[in-house]
Amino acid sequence: MQKATGITSFGAFIPRRRLQRAAIASAHAWAFPALKGLGKGERSMCGWDEDAITMAVEAGRDCLRGRSAEAVTGVTLASTSAPYADLNNAVFVGAALRLPTTASAGDTGGSTRAGLSALIAACRSADSGERLVIASERRTAKPGSTQEMQIGCGAGAVSVGAGDGVIARFLGSESVSVPFIDHFRKTGNDFDYSWEERWIRDEGIGKIVPSAVSRLLKRLELGADRVAHFGMSGGPAKSDAAVAKALKLAPEKVLPDLQGTVGDTGAAQPILQLIAAIERAKPGDVIVIVSFAQGCEVIALEMQQAAPAAVGRRGLAGSIANRIEETAYLKMLSNDGHLELDWGMRAETDHKTALTQVYRSADQIFAFIGGKCSACGQIQFPRLPACVNCATSGALTPYALSEEPAKIATYTADWLMYSPAPPLYMGLVQFDCGARLLMEIVDVGTNGIDVGTPLSMTFRKKERDKLRGWDRYFWKATPG
Amino acid sequence: MATGIKDKVAILGMGCSRFGERWDCGTEDLLNEAFLEALKDAGIERKQIEAAWYGSGVDRVNVGNSAIPLSTALRLEGIPVTRVENMCATGTEALRGAVYAVASGAVDIALAIGAEKLKDTGYGGLPVSSKGTFNDLWMPYGSAPAGFAQLAAGYRAKYGVSKEDLKKAIGRVSWKSHQNGAKNPKAHLQKAVEMETILNAPMIAEPLGVFDCCGVSDGAACAIVTTPAIARALGRKDLVTVKALALSASAGREQGTNQWDGSYVQNTRNAAKAAYKEAGITDPRAQLSALEVHDCFSITELVTMEDLGVSKDGEAWKDVMNGVFDADGIIPCQIDGGLKCFGHPIGASGLRMVYEHYLQLTGRAGPRQLKNPKLGLSHNLGGVPYNGVCGISIVGLEGA
Repeated sequence: MQKATGITSFGAFIPRRRLQRAAIASAHAWAFPALKGLGKGERSMCGWDEDAITMAVEAGRDCLRGRSAEAVTGVTLASTSAPYADLNNAVFVGAALRLPTTASAGDTGGSTRAGLSALIAACRSADSGERLVIASERRTAKPGSTQEMQIGCGAGAVSVGAGDGVIARFLGSESVSVPFIDHFRKTGNDFDYSWEERWIRDEGIGKIVPSAVSRLLKRLELGADRVAHFGMSGGPAKSDAAVAKALKLAPEKVLPDLQGTVGDTGAAQPILQLIAAIERAKPGDVIVIVSFAQGCEVIALEMQQAAPAAVGRRGLAGSIANRIEETAYLKMLSNDGHLELDWGMRAETDHKTALTQVYRSADQIFAFIGGKCSACGQIQFPRLPACVNCATSGALTPYALSEEPAKIATYTADWLMYSPAPPLYMGLVQFDCGARLLMEIVDVGTNGIDVGTPLSMTFRKKERDKLRGWDRYFWKATPG
Repeated sequence: MATGIKDKVAILGMGCSRFGERWDCGTEDLLNEAFLEALKDAGIERKQIEAAWYGSGVDRVNVGNSAIPLSTALRLEGIPVTRVENMCATGTEALRGAVYAVASGAVDIALAIGAEKLKDTGYGGLPVSSKGTFNDLWMPYGSAPAGFAQLAAGYRAKYGVSKEDLKKAIGRVSWKSHQNGAKNPKAHLQKAVEMETILNAPMIAEPLGVFDCCGVSDGAACAIVTTPAIARALGRKDLVTVKALALSASAGREQGTNQWDGSYVQNTRNAAKAAYKEAGITDPRAQLSALEVHDCFSITELVTMEDLGVSKDGEAWKDVMNGVFDADGIIPCQIDGGLKCFGHPIGASGLRMVYEHYLQLTGRAGPRQLKNPKLGLSHNLGGVPYNGVCGISIVGLEGA
């Protein structure tokens, strides 16, 4: 019997800041009082320093917890909002995840279908190794639009492999590709342009999706009653329930659309819905996930075993629960670059980056790999020619710090230095393993921080070079 | 075997420009203001200077790299002129260069001068600097107050001092310096300030408010040094000599290992130990007449009292509250107003501190003159507490 191919692990990341939709509606009430009807629940919003790359890294780390990055043979980053047009964004993700340099890395995008398309492609490939599929979106919408109320940001990651470790076996997939244009965004434009929801729901989803799902189930010789979890993204609210009804699926089989907590994360949404299914499915359950965009992708999987509880895995449920409530709508506009505040002359500092230096120190910067002294054992960052403790030269061997626990040794909240998210929290971060370095501390919630506060690491943008369109990436510390 | 610098070099003359927002002056003007005062004080001609060291810290809002701006501004033609830079401890570096040149016998008379033109940035505080191509990729760009504010977190954690008590103590540090600065006509800030105002000022870097931060100023300070024999031959009596010059620089241990608890500055402790040995000081609290320390921020001055050994560890905040460092206290500190009120033009500060001791030791400090001072210590920090430099110079009456 052929070895099962399918999902071997999963991970998620939702930015911790959750903007209350009522705050968005309230800000626009003078012009668009009707938005009040959408002003329910909350949506995730990115910090200025988060993007499709950083969130992909976080979801990827979550997926790889307790697993060997060495076994990964490739990574695909699916996104319609990847920061670079000509630069392999997935290479940054792979570098931060410490994947082997021999692993392939590729970007896919072009439509919110890209996340599920990438997963199907990975499941169909004969590659015997472990492939990471990460879908990540930093979505933005025109202020005052309904999309602004509905979208969210986040990333989902799954690893695809074969053999005994498969949690959810790939059964099959179905694709429909038609020029049904519910929304579009031209290259270089900031915002989507969307058509009427009623048309999308009735003429698009209603006619395209149920038949595609039925064809797949028929081909797989599965009755609709075998489907235990059904999720669909890419359509207006409640269109998933309408499709389920057309397929004669019981309402309780419809997966949460994440509207109340996260919003529609575009290409990441089908992956997040799949994770939601895996987190609740029992062995034998069939999962069907649909991504609607210019037709649709449909995937069917069967749970083989209950999802193993990887040590420290956040998953989707954990990511949703790890939240900081946000009510400052202007902060989102500023973070998204839609509102240019007067940050003062300090913000004018030139941050030209030496790309030669980036390559020389790539493992230190992207993968947070410091050194361990073979003479005295001191773990340290950065990794310089001589040991910080015993001064022995050439004795440092690589030592990764991104997953090491740490605490605050010293800190302050800097209101003077320019930061797009004042105050700039920074301090000496003391790792339990002995390493220490000065770091920025982000996502400080209402509990604040003090000497001794436990910290974990998070991959973020460090500085933006707006003149040249380049972002520096490095690791920051965050409470928890 | 090294014998140290004690009493090998004498100060022949000193000068210091008025510090502050010198909108009307460029660096060249400030340099000339300090230099002409020192030249007159020394009673020599410009052409008698055989070598010069120029300290400037922030060249992009100053006169640029190299020593040429100095030789041009002062028309020091055909002699060795060197630019030095060691962040905020730059002024002390200039003095070290000149003093060691004289002590070595290479020259008879040398000039040390430092200047900074910080008010050409267009905003308050220090300009943002690159930390180098590699550090820029990982090190956060904190402000200077954010670097030093972390001492407060470390100090509170180590000694269990409450946020409120420490805030009051650092406020008291600034209050005292404003009292002193009000008596100094060259100071940038010459106004006494109420404790209430200090404690309620807007936050800069927690827990440091505006009044916990020193003045960002334009200014220049200058010393002309020679051997005691030449000074006497030129008719000088009651010589002020250099007793010690010490410098310590971080090598990464404080910010890169768990061997530093954030409550003190290791460089100050290293430099103080070396300086006291060189000067023959065994009980600094009893032997030193006055302190000019690097009070870039109030918390810095507080922990420096412990680092210099004039307060016991964990007790400086109580000494501050008890007025130990007030003008009429056991050991006056910042009698000229300090960086806090005299101001902090980076390249000039280390020399400005020595200038105050020189005035005090020669009895020329006017309304703030101390009684019978014999030894003065200058403490000049650069960088941040966990990654910086400390220069200490001790000057005193010959034979003290």
